[in-house]
Amino acid sequence: MKTLFRRTPVLKDCPTHYCPGCGHGIAHRLLAEVIDELGIQDRTIGIAPVGCAVLAYNYIDVDMIEVAHGRAPAVATGMKRCNPDKIIFSYQGDGDLAAIGTAEIIHAAHRAEQLTVIFINNAVFGMTGGQMAPTTILGQVTATTPQGRQSNGQGYPLQISELLAILPGAIYVERCALSSVPRIRQTKAALKHAFELQMQGAQGLSLVEILSPCPTYWRMSPSEAMQWIEDHMSKVFPIGRLKDAGKDD
Amino acid sequence: MGRAEVKNATERILMCGNEAMAEAAILAGCDAYFGYPITPQNEISVYMARRMAEEGRVFIQSESELAAINMVFGASATGKRAMTSSSSPGISLMQEGMSYLAGAELPAVVINVMRGGPGLGNIAPAQGDYFQATRGGGHGDYKTIVFGPASVQEMADCMPLAFDLADQYRMTAMILADGVLGQMMEPLTLEPKTRRELPPKDWALTGRKGREQNIVRSLWLADGALERLNEKLQAKYRAVQAKEVRCEEYRMEDAEIVVVAYGIVARIARAAVDAARDDGIPLGLLRPITLWPFPSQQISRAAEEFRLFLTMEMSAGQMVEDVRLAVAGKAPVLFYGRMGGGLPTLDEVLGKIRELTVRT
Repeated sequence: MKTLFRRTPVLKDCPTHYCPGCGHGIAHRLLAEVIDELGIQDRTIGIAPVGCAVLAYNYIDVDMIEVAHGRAPAVATGMKRCNPDKIIFSYQGDGDLAAIGTAEIIHAAHRAEQLTVIFINNAVFGMTGGQMAPTTILGQVTATTPQGRQSNGQGYPLQISELLAILPGAIYVERCALSSVPRIRQTKAALKHAFELQMQGAQGLSLVEILSPCPTYWRMSPSEAMQWIEDHMSKVFPIGRLKDAGKDD
Repeated sequence: MGRAEVKNATERILMCGNEAMAEAAILAGCDAYFGYPITPQNEISVYMARRMAEEGRVFIQSESELAAINMVFGASATGKRAMTSSSSPGISLMQEGMSYLAGAELPAVVINVMRGGPGLGNIAPAQGDYFQATRGGGHGDYKTIVFGPASVQEMADCMPLAFDLADQYRMTAMILADGVLGQMMEPLTLEPKTRRELPPKDWALTGRKGREQNIVRSLWLADGALERLNEKLQAKYRAVQAKEVRCEEYRMEDAEIVVVAYGIVARIARAAVDAARDDGIPLGLLRPITLWPFPSQQISRAAEEFRLFLTMEMSAGQMVEDVRLAVAGKAPVLFYGRMGGGLPTLDEVLGKIRELTVRT
C-alpha cells in the first residue's frame, strides 16, 4: 500500500494548544516538512517567539530556544556567528517582529546576517487577547481599537517586509499566505528557498512573511478568516516575492 | 594604545583596566564579544574589535545594549563563552536579558564600568550601581556573581574566574568596575590560567544529532514548575554563597576601627589605613572582592572584635546596607560617600576618619 500522507518526523506526535482554525499549525507543518526534506533536522537551531508560538519547541523537534519579546534576531545573530555550520531560524509574530523587535530585525538584515526568519502576520496580538498590532489594517476592530483602527492616532499598517527589502543585507523577502491550497504550497516553496539560501552560505538575511488567520481574535469562523485574508489583508499586504537578490539582478 | 604582546607570562606590561580585562578575557577563552559604545568603557570594544579578529573569534558592534546582551544569550546557548561590556545606562538596558539568562540558566560574563547617575548622569567614576548588580537587577528572584576589583591586575585576574564560575554555576558573572579603574594604567602580568574542572555543557544547543532535542527556556507554565525552577536557582545561589566569597583583610590584626570599601575607593582606603596608623589610629581595611556573594560572615566575625565600622563608597550608601546586615547591631556602622562622580581624596578620607573616631 502506498503512503500518501504521513506525519513529518520533524513534528512531534502530540496535539498543539492552538485555537481551531489558527494558522500556526499549518505554518509549523510546512516548516517541519522543509527541515525534513532538506535533511537539516540535526543541525538546525530554532528560536521561538513571545506570543502564541512561544511553545513551538513542544511541536518542532529541533534544538530550540525561547527568547525575550522581539529579540530573536539578536539571539540568532549570536548563535550563527559562533556556529556558521548550523542552520538558524527565528519564528516570530507581528507583535514580536514588527513592534517591540523592529530594531533587532532591521539591524540583523542591515548586518546581512545569514539567517532565516519566518514572520507570521495575523494582524493582531494573539496571546495577550487580540490587541492592535502594527500590522492591524485600517478599520479592523481589535481589543484596543474598538472603533476600528484609525490612521489618525493609531497610524497605518506597518509593511515591514517592504521596509526590509530595501536593505542590501536582506537578500530574499517574500510575502505568502495560508488562505488557500495554492498559497500554502507557495509558502512551503518560499520557506524552502529561504533555508536553501542559508545552507548555500548566501550573504544575507531571508525573510518569509506569512499572512496567517486568527479566527479567535478576528471574531470569524475559520473559513471566513481565510476569506478575509484574500479579500482584505492581502490588499494591504500584497502577496508575492518582494526581493530575491540572486534572481533579480 | 598598542597591542599587549603576552609572549612571556611573567612579563610585566602596562595597560589600562579596560584593555587588561579585554586581553584577560581572550586568554580565558572568550569565544564571542558583543558590545555597544558607551563611555567610560570604550577601550574594551575597541581592543576587542582588533584582537578578536586576530584570534579568529567573534566580535560584533551591536545596534543597542538590548541586542548585545541577547547576542550573548544566543552565543551562550550554543555552549560558547560569551561576554559583553557597558557602563551604567547601558547596563540598565541589559537587565531584561540578564533576567532571561538567569531564568534559562545560561553562563555569561558582563562588565559594568560604572559612571555617575541617575539618568545620563556623567562619565565620571561612581559606584551607584551596587544595588542593581548585587540584587539581581532585572525582574524575578535571581542573583549574579559580582566582582569588585580594585586594581588593573585584579581586573585581569577576575576574568578567567568569572568565565569559570559562570560556566560552573550556569549564571552571569559581572565585573563591577568604575571609570577610574577602567581608564587607569598600571603594570600587570597576564598569564593564561588553567580552567577549573567544569561540567560538560550537555544542555547546549548544538543540533540534536545523536541525542534528544535540547530546549533552552525560561517559561514554565505548568502548576508548580516555576516554583521548582526557583528552588533550584536558590539552592545554586546558596552553594555560591558557601564557596565563592572572596575578600581581603589589610592590617586588621590589632585594629579597632574597620573600614569597608571596594573598588577604587578601597585603594584610597588602604592609603588612609597606612596614614591613620602613622597617626596612631588603629585602622584596618576589609575589602570585599566579591560583592555578591558578600563576605557577610567575615564582617559578622569582625563585628565581635572591633568597635566601629566605617563604610566608604562612591554612592549615597548602598553596600553599607549589606555591612549593617552582617554587623547586625553588634557595632556602630558609619558611612562616608561621594556621589555623582565625586572621587574622595586621601586628605578628605583621613579628615573624615579623624572626625568620626573622635566623635564616636
